[in-house]
Amino acid sequence: MAVIIENKNLGDGMYLMKTDCTKKSSPGQFYMVRGWDKYPLLSRPISIFDWDGMTTSFLYRVVGEGTEILSKMTKGMEVVLHGPYGNGFPDIKEDTVTLIGGGIGTAPLYHTAKELKKRDPNKNIKLYLGFENKSDAAKEFESLDADVIVRYGGYITDYVDYENAGTILTCGPEIMMKAAFERSKPYESKVYVSMEKRMACGVGACLGCTCKTESGNKRTCKEGPVFEGGEVFFE
Amino acid sequence: MKYSLSRLVTKLVDYKMKNPVIAASGTYGYGEDYKDYYDPSVLGGISSKGLTLNPKPGNNGIRLWETPSGLLNSIGLENPGVKAFAEKSISKMKAIDSMLIVNLGGDNLEEYLEGASILNGYPVDFIELNISCPNVKAGGMAFGMQCDSAGFITREIKKISKHPVIVKLSPNAPSVSDIAISCQENGADAVSLVNTFQGMAIDIRNKRAVFSNMYAGLSGPAIKPIALRMVHQTAKAVSIPVVGLGGISSWQDAVEFIMAGATAIQIGTGNFPNPNLGKEIVEGLEKYCEDNGLKNISEIRGII
Repeated sequence: MAVIIENKNLGDGMYLMKTDCTKKSSPGQFYMVRGWDKYPLLSRPISIFDWDGMTTSFLYRVVGEGTEILSKMTKGMEVVLHGPYGNGFPDIKEDTVTLIGGGIGTAPLYHTAKELKKRDPNKNIKLYLGFENKSDAAKEFESLDADVIVRYGGYITDYVDYENAGTILTCGPEIMMKAAFERSKPYESKVYVSMEKRMACGVGACLGCTCKTESGNKRTCKEGPVFEGGEVFFE
Repeated sequence: MKYSLSRLVTKLVDYKMKNPVIAASGTYGYGEDYKDYYDPSVLGGISSKGLTLNPKPGNNGIRLWETPSGLLNSIGLENPGVKAFAEKSISKMKAIDSMLIVNLGGDNLEEYLEGASILNGYPVDFIELNISCPNVKAGGMAFGMQCDSAGFITREIKKISKHPVIVKLSPNAPSVSDIAISCQENGADAVSLVNTFQGMAIDIRNKRAVFSNMYAGLSGPAIKPIALRMVHQTAKAVSIPVVGLGGISSWQDAVEFIMAGATAIQIGTGNFPNPNLGKEIVEGLEKYCEDNGLKNISEIRGII
């Protein structure tokens, strides 16, 4: 159980929920979240926007019944959090890191950028955020010590400086991540992608979120959600 | 917590389970996935993810679709094959102090038989013969739809298997209890029911079926009342033990299935929203016995 500290409407269907969950999590991990008892049946896999030792927060978009309920919850109410689950983004040794997020896929990149900078204050971090419509979501990234480039509409992958990208970490629509992967190929950048799949258990038991990879089936919730780009986009 | 589970000790065929709570096939991996929540040896038994002779990659496309209080799945028996499982996972499952059931599926009789004969070389407690998976094209549920085919495959497996056999039945058959009778007549040691109900979902925006296999299997609380009725009818129709499952998500649900005649119960989809469910049901049943002055849970078995 965690208590909601704040549940802010950022516009365009997006919300930022801050909870008092202090449990340690790594960048790119997620929780199975539920703000209800029996209905709807399943918890919702939601990636961690930030963890600061005192709080855990989630940037999410209302896409169905579950997230609709979450969006209506207010300060002081309790949510059940199972996790943190999965393997997130690895620590990057390279001096330059480029993070590319599309839509609600921007969510895990805040914590990721923050942690990279914390581990190495000299790291050069570029964060590209692409949203379809204007909202206050991008404002939540302003406090990062990084170059934040925000674009509305179009393809965020068109704006990336691939030649000087360093390692690329990306999360968003598969088609966007694939574009980033393909366009970075000439520069031999290492690319990590965070996959999204429907999930039931979150712990690796049900095989509902299987992701086809070059080295066979992997569980998005367990071995993922972060994979090397070449592992996933191999066909 | 320390368990004083004598009240829950349950005999399934010749096996003495510490309690009648079993993790259902396909919802509990190979016993390790919920370890962060509780020690799986708390459970009376664990049924492995469904195995087939040859490895299966599972189905393409969407595999899960939530419905009102239910879950449609189309996993398609993704598994590493009986041999790889036996070599890699049986010893690990055996290390858990719980009854080990290996769920065995197949595309055809030969595959079932070869799978069962490989398992003869390993120390498993039961084979759960899966003739009820709705998510594979060949075999699977096909054997479980008619009395003669269900009886036939049960008889052939019993001829060669060193392990006792639980036949897992499909609720999609015209009469599940008739299938159970046929399995009993052909030597089944027990039956488990129900597997998932065949269902479907349509994506109206894109005007196509949600699942690439068209149909999928429905589980979860939505099916519980129907599963309970089928367990009740089957328990009245056969003398072999009936393992009941279908939408159990609380200890109260488990009590209902036992009152309906189930010797043991399985929890499946209920594990997903509540990873502590197995432990909670064991504790709930224990407390129920205590509160109701039962010396053993079997005192309420089949009282309805």
